[in-house]
Amino acid sequence: MSTNEIKISAKDVQVYYGETHAIKDVSVDIEDKTVTAFIGPSGCGKSTFLRCINRMNDTIDVARVEGEIKLDDEDIYDKDVDPVQLRAKVGMVFQKPNPFPKSIYDNVAYGPKIHGLAKNKAELDQIVENALKRAALWDEAKDRLQAPGTGLSGGQQQRLCIARAVATEPEVLLMDEPCSALDPIATAQVEELIDELKQNYSVVIVTHSMQQAARVSQKTAFFHLGNLVEYGETGQIFTNPNDKRTESYITGRIG
Amino acid sequence: MTDAATDGLAAAPGKKKRSSLLELDARTKRRNAAEARFKAYGIIAITAGLCFLVGLVWAILSNGLPAFQQAVVKLDYTMTQEQFDEAEAAVLKTAVYTDQFVAYFSDRVREQGIEAEFDADTIERLLGKVGGTIRAFYRENPDHIGQPVAFELSAASRVDRYLKGTFDRGDVSGEGNRFFVPSDFDLVDTLQEAGFIAQVFNWNFITGVDSGVDNAGGAGIGASVLGSFLMMIVVLLLALPIGVAASIYLEEFAPKNWFTDFIEVNISNLAAVPSIVFGILGLAVFIQFAGMPQSAPLVGGLVLTLMTLPTIIISTRASLKSVPPSIRDAALGVGASKMQAVFHHVLPLAAPGILTGTIIGLAQALGETAPLLLIGMVGFIARYPDSFLGGFEGPNSAMPAQIYNWASRSDVVFTEKAWGGIIILLIFLVSMNLIAILLRRRFERRW
Repeated sequence: MSTNEIKISAKDVQVYYGETHAIKDVSVDIEDKTVTAFIGPSGCGKSTFLRCINRMNDTIDVARVEGEIKLDDEDIYDKDVDPVQLRAKVGMVFQKPNPFPKSIYDNVAYGPKIHGLAKNKAELDQIVENALKRAALWDEAKDRLQAPGTGLSGGQQQRLCIARAVATEPEVLLMDEPCSALDPIATAQVEELIDELKQNYSVVIVTHSMQQAARVSQKTAFFHLGNLVEYGETGQIFTNPNDKRTESYITGRIG
Repeated sequence: MTDAATDGLAAAPGKKKRSSLLELDARTKRRNAAEARFKAYGIIAITAGLCFLVGLVWAILSNGLPAFQQAVVKLDYTMTQEQFDEAEAAVLKTAVYTDQFVAYFSDRVREQGIEAEFDADTIERLLGKVGGTIRAFYRENPDHIGQPVAFELSAASRVDRYLKGTFDRGDVSGEGNRFFVPSDFDLVDTLQEAGFIAQVFNWNFITGVDSGVDNAGGAGIGASVLGSFLMMIVVLLLALPIGVAASIYLEEFAPKNWFTDFIEVNISNLAAVPSIVFGILGLAVFIQFAGMPQSAPLVGGLVLTLMTLPTIIISTRASLKSVPPSIRDAALGVGASKMQAVFHHVLPLAAPGILTGTIIGLAQALGETAPLLLIGMVGFIARYPDSFLGGFEGPNSAMPAQIYNWASRSDVVFTEKAWGGIIILLIFLVSMNLIAILLRRRFERRW
């Protein structure tokens, strides 16, 4: 069904936290302009694997990654790759909304500023406006751009974080349970947003909610105990899984 | 025994009566009583603490406040050019000045209708060596010769203490001595009624310098306040950047291994090292090895820097730790480098804590005496340094050292000065703590 090109290609990825083998032999191809959902019980390694894609695991001393992850055919774990440059291309939205304790404007403008994406104030204003519009926050925030980002509601904060992530013009957007701290209405807004974002980006979302995975994603990967059990079209995974474990998880017998 | 217990347990559910919520059972009563007792202990502890505090403040204020008052002799005095020339030509110059003053003062007193006999000895008992003071004034201000000058000459320490009520007729036995005779009490009373002797606020105590035993009342804490201030500048300029840089490196960048653990343990230990150890270290390293000057605020500041560094590092690391990791993740997630994440986001959030820690560390250093004794900052400092920069390497004292110095002298006037010095020191400490609180409030309120 899908004819999109491959954006991220992981091959035999192993992650160790000290002695613990957290990710075992994961190989997966993630497509461009597609929403890919990672599902699985807690502790199955889906967040860990997500954090490998923009090398956020580098910040954990004991974490060690083996194998190969390629973004557009370039190995992101190559010793010549600076994770800072990688993270400008692979944006991330976290589980808990974490806006900087600065104004809404400064939150969105921070990324473009440090990456030198704007030559002057007018350009920066434009980038901020576009990012907020893409995150569906512009109408609510345009009159209070200088108000603190931490003063927004939970759902607005999460959309602000999404705006902050898209402001740096990433190619991939990683979302680590972006709706787990939100109420159903805010969740619906964020999900709508994810659907919009897939026009331009490759979106990878980790979620605990199988309904959410079914609603927003085109591809689904099921992780269990550090293994990638099954990966395929979302519809097929939810209706006719190949693996017994996937079926058990989806029908609520494990996890 | 075992069987009985088992029986009891087995039987218990069956025996359990329905209990009413309106009646307290024995267990709840015991728990409530324990809670009430614990609250009472807490209240007793706080009351005891408050009592000690009140006693302390009362002792400091009642002993120290008199140091801010001083008995002076007020007089409009005019010296003619002839008198000046005559005195300067004499062999015993100050004696002539004194005689001139005695004659003038006697005239003024008689004009008020007071019958009193004055001689140079009486004046010396009341005013100390007044001739020298007058000579020094006119030599420095020759243009005032021939014009009336309003003099406020500080009275001798016994007159001062008599007016403050710490010295009375019972303290002078028989004929008296060269410092005070019984008839002087009446004379002081009369002069006070006539307005010649009055108690004024003792600015000299705040701005003046230390003085010798012959002029106990003239001792001031000003020079040692400056000494303390210069040391605090050195401490702030060295301890804050070094401490913050070390903390940021240890907390944000350093790998967690046995070596950084070792450093961490040692920093905590350093915070507990007695200050006199830092003093002897300073003596050995800065003065004896590096050849820096003795008694200098620069060396004092270096020693206090060593002492303050662990405090600053510990509090800075604590405030860096308290910044939620999600802020670091957020910054790294949009592609900030580690240093950008720290300087743009973590450090501003940790700033109130760092400032508070620094000011508390400074306040601690300000009150420290022991290390200063070892590097010689406890000497007799009778003048201000000539220049601001020279003040760093010239000999000086510090507030706590000056207080220690005064407290160890025999004249009770110096004891009073010591208590007064404590008030000044406490004013500085309380203001620094207030600044710390205000800064924290201000920065935390912004978001």
